[in-house]
Amino acid sequence: MESKTGTWTEKKGLAQMLKGGVIMDVVNAEQARIAEEAGACAVMALERVPADIRADGGVARMSDPDMILKIMDAVSIPVMAKCRIGHFVEAQILQSLGVDYIDESEVLTPADEEHHILKHNFKVPFVCGCRNIGEALRRIGEGAAMIRTKGEAGTGDVVEAVRHARSVIGSIRQLQTMGDEELMTFAKLNGAPYDLVKEVKETGRMPVVNFAAGGVATPADAALMMQLGVDGVFVGSGIFKSGDPAKRAAAIVKSVTHYMDASILAEVSRNLGEAMVGRNVSQMPEGEKLAGRGW
Amino acid sequence: MKIGVLALQGDFAEHISMLKKIGVETVEVRLPKHLDGVDGLIIPGGESTTIGKLAVIYELMEPLKEFGKSHAIWGTCAGAIFLSKDIGRDQPLLGLMDIKVQRNAFGRQVDSFETDLEIDELFKATGTEHPYHAVFIRAPIIESVGAKVKVLAALEDGRIIAAQEGKLLATSFHPELTGDTRFHEYFISLAS
Repeated sequence: MESKTGTWTEKKGLAQMLKGGVIMDVVNAEQARIAEEAGACAVMALERVPADIRADGGVARMSDPDMILKIMDAVSIPVMAKCRIGHFVEAQILQSLGVDYIDESEVLTPADEEHHILKHNFKVPFVCGCRNIGEALRRIGEGAAMIRTKGEAGTGDVVEAVRHARSVIGSIRQLQTMGDEELMTFAKLNGAPYDLVKEVKETGRMPVVNFAAGGVATPADAALMMQLGVDGVFVGSGIFKSGDPAKRAAAIVKSVTHYMDASILAEVSRNLGEAMVGRNVSQMPEGEKLAGRGW
Repeated sequence: MKIGVLALQGDFAEHISMLKKIGVETVEVRLPKHLDGVDGLIIPGGESTTIGKLAVIYELMEPLKEFGKSHAIWGTCAGAIFLSKDIGRDQPLLGLMDIKVQRNAFGRQVDSFETDLEIDELFKATGTEHPYHAVFIRAPIIESVGAKVKVLAALEDGRIIAAQEGKLLATSFHPELTGDTRFHEYFISLAS
């Protein structure tokens, strides 16, 4: 019996196990334990949540390996960590630590303004952000085994996540009605690999699991994204920048499972305390938006 | 024949599409009332801690234990953990199967693997003989089994990865991630 590791099935498969779940940003072992206790299906280990990265300014990089290892020790659920766009050495380091997934993330300051990491070169799977189907399929073409909307991280404003999810899902629907002869032009116009465009048309779905991210702050936000058709939800600043993180985290987990049941959503939305303060994306200067990072 | 798939978290949609492929009616189970009229239940892969917590909160533990006394249940990966009696740590378990399970027994994601298995019981039941291709993802192993439990499959080193106790079935791997419907057919034969 020969066994193989790091295969495409393995990489995509872990994301399939996360479906219907909530992945939470945590900055230390204590927060990781709170997240696991609340029912998170995975945690994202990082030094500062996006809201603080925005507030602090400067260059945002991969987190200290010591902090990531402490979080890996603290919980039994999968641990993800972020590297900068195009910074394949940060990715090599994260892989050597044994993280379960790498997020090549626009939340950190990009290391390469033209190229992303060739993710097929790694055994560890990657998740990448997208705003539309072209960007999603380019990342999958490079080897991303999971996709998330970019939204606008660290704002607590769900509007961009909705825009990106609607764009991706709308394009999938549009492809269903197209003739085969139209696919090459679709690929050209969207900057997407032709073979993947063809696959999406044939299957009627993204080739990999697709989560929402970037601005989810309440159980209603999470259920909104699920009803729009994503497979699960990342919550970054929305939990540990709120008044009662443990309670809000548990409420968002419940809302993702029962996303179609308004009476349960009403129940879990009660008395959650202060939500994160939030920033209105429509009033934000273009230069402060993170979603434009990525090519 | 109607098979429920526990839909609290995990890859329940993958199980549902395998069942549809073999012409079985399915229902997503999120609350106790969804078990009404169901002939068998699949507990999918996912995070066992998440699934366990949600099962406690939505008062599914007792109804599931009761259901398992007279119906077929199959747990894949996280589902196998949830069916077991003992995992050596404190998290909600149904305790329906007399098996001891170790979570993440092969290591982290970079250690996850695919391999071919010889599963005689499955080959006999489905009248086939080609190897069963199994996908393990941060997979558990079945450390030990009780007297009434039959071992269905083990790795070359002897570690148990599939077991059956009456109508209850546990697999460390994910038949729902392959195109091979033989395990789903085998489970339907237990549920009938």
